[in-house]
Amino acid sequence: MITVAPEMNQPATSLQLDLENLSAEQTALEIKDLDLYYGDKQALSNISMKIPKGQVTAFIGPSGCGKSTLLRCINRMNDLVDTCRIDGQILLHNQNIYDKSVDVAALRRNVGMVFQRPNPFPKSIYENVVYGLRLQGIKDKRKLDEVVEASLRGAALWDEVKDRLHDSAFGLSGGQQQRLVIARAIAIEPEVLLLDEPTSALDPISTLVIEELINDLKNKYTVVIVTHNMQQAARVSDQTAFMYMGELIEYSDTNTLFTTPKKKKTEDYITGRYG
Amino acid sequence: MDHNISKHISGNFNQELENVRNHVLAMGGLVEQQLNSALDAVNDNNAELAKKVEIGDYKVNAMEVSIDEECTRIIAKRQPAASDLRLVVAIAKTIADLERIGDEARRIAKVALESTAKDQQGLLGNIDNMGRHVSQMLHDVLDAFARMDAEAAFRVHKEDAKVDREYEALTRQIMTYMMEDPRSIPKVMDLVWSVRSLERIGDRCQNIAEYVIYFVKGKDIRHIAQDDIERDIIGK
Repeated sequence: MITVAPEMNQPATSLQLDLENLSAEQTALEIKDLDLYYGDKQALSNISMKIPKGQVTAFIGPSGCGKSTLLRCINRMNDLVDTCRIDGQILLHNQNIYDKSVDVAALRRNVGMVFQRPNPFPKSIYENVVYGLRLQGIKDKRKLDEVVEASLRGAALWDEVKDRLHDSAFGLSGGQQQRLVIARAIAIEPEVLLLDEPTSALDPISTLVIEELINDLKNKYTVVIVTHNMQQAARVSDQTAFMYMGELIEYSDTNTLFTTPKKKKTEDYITGRYG
Repeated sequence: MDHNISKHISGNFNQELENVRNHVLAMGGLVEQQLNSALDAVNDNNAELAKKVEIGDYKVNAMEVSIDEECTRIIAKRQPAASDLRLVVAIAKTIADLERIGDEARRIAKVALESTAKDQQGLLGNIDNMGRHVSQMLHDVLDAFARMDAEAAFRVHKEDAKVDREYEALTRQIMTYMMEDPRSIPKVMDLVWSVRSLERIGDRCQNIAEYVIYFVKGKDIRHIAQDDIERDIIGK
């Protein structure tokens, strides 16, 4: 096939990756043959995918398709559910995070998570950000100050709060609280940041601010986001995975998935069709 | 993949897509009629009909503007994705080509406003043949659009090569004619332009065929050799 100037066929921003054959250094996480059961009910079946490093990967799909469940698997949040049973592997640095030798607290330091509703602690803005560091026993005031500024800048919140760092976090707006939570998550410098519908409780402008932030974050972190908002997935992500009834239906680069999906189920979902 | 434009959860969205598609077909029908009238006008040296074509072109222009607006509204309100997005993009491009075909038809009709000498009748007959061929292409590509049929669109795509050959043959014939009788050149130039217009209409039909294939197959086939298109896209 004749292709004139192939570089022009690709959007300039993201290099298209071959998701099925990512090299080890391109891969942040590898999910292998993952099955998950809540009691007798199977919630995820046979999920295998590689999540590339330093990029934004979105999980989309209808309610109950398992996208949040899959996200929670990545930092073992599902351990908190008694009836939950998991087969298969999730590899981070070639180590299965479900291995008995894995320290879950260390894993969660490495894989941070932000939830749907902003959940700042009932403390000052400053104390929220340094919470994780204090748990690690860091007391050096200068070090803490540095981290607060860097994290708040990283979360695009510094300019708005720098004069009231010791005020209660509850005085912030919803969008600001969500960015504070992100600042808290990046203060401990995780490699992977999981975002579970981070903007679904926010107004459209705060949503755009968070989306812009996600775009900045991907230079330093691997971001995995679950969203109900398809346009948001289209806007912020480099890869999109479409899930349906616990299965991974289609996983490809976002540009392809939203213009020429391969599977009919994906097409029906992203175009808002039924049956 | 099934590209039924109904079945959206939003009934309004179904209706909007259905409407815009119907408007394109109506515009296509009008342009086809414009082209046929222009050819008739030239063939019968019918100045009145030629005037009608000129006036009809305003309607074609207005339809392009209004369908463009519809497309913009759909993009703004519905954020179409996948095949819906491709449909809207294909429509926006199709109507631009239809509008230009309308312009060419008007240009052709102008020839009927000039009196042609008797000895040019043979030339006119050949131009009419080429015109009918191009008109059939337009008809077929609109039909392919209505049925969203990539195979039919590809047949139109291939047809353009024949039109190009007819264009070359006619151009040679006209040049011979001019060399034999240089005094006829000012008049015959009009015929040169209308043959050129017909050739351009063929190209634009080919463009529309490309948009239909883009919508159905999700592949942009512009600037790709026909053999490759057939093997890699239509065959699959």
